[in-house]
Amino acid sequence: MNFNNFLFMGQEIGLVILFVFLFLYDTFCSEKGKQYFQIIGIVLFAALTVYGFCPHKTGEAFGGMYISSALTVLMKNILNIATLLVFLQSHKWLSSEGTVHKQGEFYTIALVTLLGMYLMISAGNFMLLYIGMETASLPLACLAAFNKRKEKSAESGVKYILISAFSSGIMLFGLSFLYGGLGSFYFANMAGSAMNSPMVILGFVFFFAGLGFKLSVVPFHLWAADVYEGAPTAVTAYLSVVSKGAAAFALIFALYRVFSPIEAVWQFILWGLVAITITLGNLFAIRQKDIKRFFAFSSISQAGYLLLGIMTGTAQGMTATVYYLVVYLFSNLAAFGVIAAVEHQANGDTRISAFNGLYKSNPVLTFVMMVAVFSLGGIPPFAGFFSKFLIFMAAYEQGYHLLVFIALLNTVISLYYYLLIITAMFIHKQESEAVIRFRTDNYNRVSLVVCTIGIFVVGILSCIYEYIGTLSFGM
Amino acid sequence: MNILSLFVVVPVLMIASLFLCKSMKAIRSVMVTGASILVILAAVLIVWFFQERAVSNAEMLFVDSIMWYAPLNICYAVGVDGISVAMLALSAIIVFTGVFSSWNMNMAKEYFLWYCLLSVGVFGFFISIDLFTMFLFYEVALIPMYLLIGLWGTGRKEYSAMKLTLMLMGGSAFLMIGIIGIYYASGHVSMNLLEIAKLHIPIERQHWLFPATFLGFGVLGALFPFHTWSPDGHASAPTAVSMLHAGVLMKLGGYGCFRVAMYLMPEAAHDLGWIFLILTGISVVYGAFSAVVQTDLKYINAYSSVSHCGLVLFAILMMNQTAMTGAILQMLSHGLMTALFFALIGLIYGRTHTRDIREMGGLMKIMPFASVCYVIAGLASLGLPGLSGFVAEMTIFVGSFQQADTFHRVFTIVACCSIVITAVYILRTIGKVLYGPVQDERHIGLPDATWFEKISVVCLIAAIVFIGMYPFGISEMINNSLIPIIEKLSI
Repeated sequence: MNFNNFLFMGQEIGLVILFVFLFLYDTFCSEKGKQYFQIIGIVLFAALTVYGFCPHKTGEAFGGMYISSALTVLMKNILNIATLLVFLQSHKWLSSEGTVHKQGEFYTIALVTLLGMYLMISAGNFMLLYIGMETASLPLACLAAFNKRKEKSAESGVKYILISAFSSGIMLFGLSFLYGGLGSFYFANMAGSAMNSPMVILGFVFFFAGLGFKLSVVPFHLWAADVYEGAPTAVTAYLSVVSKGAAAFALIFALYRVFSPIEAVWQFILWGLVAITITLGNLFAIRQKDIKRFFAFSSISQAGYLLLGIMTGTAQGMTATVYYLVVYLFSNLAAFGVIAAVEHQANGDTRISAFNGLYKSNPVLTFVMMVAVFSLGGIPPFAGFFSKFLIFMAAYEQGYHLLVFIALLNTVISLYYYLLIITAMFIHKQESEAVIRFRTDNYNRVSLVVCTIGIFVVGILSCIYEYIGTLSFGM
Repeated sequence: MNILSLFVVVPVLMIASLFLCKSMKAIRSVMVTGASILVILAAVLIVWFFQERAVSNAEMLFVDSIMWYAPLNICYAVGVDGISVAMLALSAIIVFTGVFSSWNMNMAKEYFLWYCLLSVGVFGFFISIDLFTMFLFYEVALIPMYLLIGLWGTGRKEYSAMKLTLMLMGGSAFLMIGIIGIYYASGHVSMNLLEIAKLHIPIERQHWLFPATFLGFGVLGALFPFHTWSPDGHASAPTAVSMLHAGVLMKLGGYGCFRVAMYLMPEAAHDLGWIFLILTGISVVYGAFSAVVQTDLKYINAYSSVSHCGLVLFAILMMNQTAMTGAILQMLSHGLMTALFFALIGLIYGRTHTRDIREMGGLMKIMPFASVCYVIAGLASLGLPGLSGFVAEMTIFVGSFQQADTFHRVFTIVACCSIVITAVYILRTIGKVLYGPVQDERHIGLPDATWFEKISVVCLIAAIVFIGMYPFGISEMINNSLIPIIEKLSI
């Protein structure tokens, strides 16, 4: 065996070492030492994130099973940043009485899922992609059911595991078709062979359905609202950003590397899916009374915009998609950070009306939430405006005029419900048992500051987009 | 730094310093200083512009361009011609007077933060010559309206704020696809207006890009049937916001139609202009008729804005030099006039706590200063010679009559009728509210305008009289700038 291959896997190896270390630390450390567990975990993970930005050796390993390129490194870095922010946001919740003894589990399980997502991104073989997806999905169900004494959390865990088992079953079924039609699981070999047979197309459809569940694309979105609502807020944030991001990245590679010969087929499928995903996500979001369900539907419609970027099939579209995800990461995590803080203060109350009059009691949190929501809605000068505009540019360039227009009209609908949150926070009167003025814990503060800076800066600094653009050709 | 960028930088600095303010006094001094700097900047710009114009024949002056998103040719590009300079001056005056009209706001800090953000958008829009930055500033100007109306407004404020924001955002959806379309149809080489103008957009593309952009900007210019946000929005908004919105923001619509839709797609403007001409004709007459039956002062003025802004678009679509000069004059005149109206309505409402004209009367005896100013505003609105309204409307109708075919003639005559209707609702309001017996005993003894309200009102009246007395100064500034677009349209 050629051990050189492992040189390409620096980030994965770092993650495994971190995971093993935290696992041993959690198992063997005294109770007294454990109070430093979270801070150690966060610092080490931050170090790993920084390490990701150092120059890496890129290339193919294990005969094309594993592919590492500058773009995959960047994608992993994006996921790392998001995970780090989630860790910061979860600190207060994990330190609370019911969960403090399980903090080790939270970290180790989250890191395992992250490893799975790394493999999904770097896969050069459908088997590895599948294994990565399974590694990412099953532990996530544990995380969703983390507050196991709460009925909703347990329900959310069960729903998630059933759905992800179902979707990976469908995906595996599709993969077997692909193998039957093309005779290989390696991306490189498959791309060269004849694609147009019905069996391959059917295989692709099943494969796409499997990833569609992870991305929560309509009509595979039905689990999202319930799971998002029941899962602990930090886990919801993780699901909505990291898990979704990894699925989008994996989809990019599968579509661009393998299925580019049948572009016409998947662009046709995606056209319809984008239109209904964006529209239905938006329409359902309007009716929500619970803020986590609300963000579930909002993130469904955001997934539609991501797909719109992916379906262009061009380097410009890919750049816009990755960029969109960076912006989405900061915006959505800012929103979830505020939700986590308010929820903790309001004893687990996640109704939108719990935010009524938040401006009077907590102006800074309200400001962060407002920035996040405007960014998600695509309002300048926040980053969301730029990312949406770039996605639309990429899609228009490929001639999807009508679809861009549908998406644009949907931004107006989405603005309506995002403004409902603004209205609740700024205009509505506080309820009698409303949250009082409180201090957000320092960890969450750091995450919110990072997110807010991200929202302001990512759009203005065009170099980020241009940097992603330079990588997009080198898949 | 380019002098034009200062128009954006100053409000941004105002926002930054507002964050540091603690007391009401500090907030006021920041606002007054900032707004004065803007007015001075505008004055300097006008003088400098005339000097530059004397030596240079370029289409736009003070041009500067910084590459932003290089792969998509998006630049931060600024530049002005006479029209933008006039608009910048108008905006500066209205921002300045708006500060005095919102002297005693509650939650002043937040209010002025949004107010400054709104002015960032407005100024940024008028200095941009890059489609992307233009659109960006356009949207920056829209969003603060929601909170300004929703938080500080009166009446059905949440409903009005939501309606206004969503309708304008709907318009900007059309605009965004229009802009992206223009970029790709012109061969995706530049987002810069001046460069796109040199390229040719295929006619079949123009045929749907023109309606999209015209409609997008037209929503903000209160184009029938998309004007419905305007009465509700203006009626609910606080005084200074109504001033800024009717005075400046609605001009963004007219200016955008003119600068983007007509300038870049002249062929389509010829082919499809008639559709929009019909709509604007309806705006003009329908707005005036609606104003006649309203009883709320703000609604009267809002519908009158629909009518007057309709006239702006109407004149633009006449596509000749005289009418377009009239359109720009009308933008200036309506901006000042309507701001004056809203300032006075705010003043009256702040004292009588009603805007219903049936509940007021005889205010001339109670508040002589405010009432006289109201009469001046009314006279300007119905086109009394010597005030700005006359100059603008006269030029527009003279220009419109130059279009000799029956279609244009008929619409010109129809639009002319609006002058009479304007007189009806203005004189009715003045007669009812200012003269006649005092309707409500409680109104007796109400104080007249305070010093800060007087500053705001006097500035606006001075500007109105200036345009009325010396229109050539302005038309001289505008005329040169109209030549490129007239040339394009006459092909």
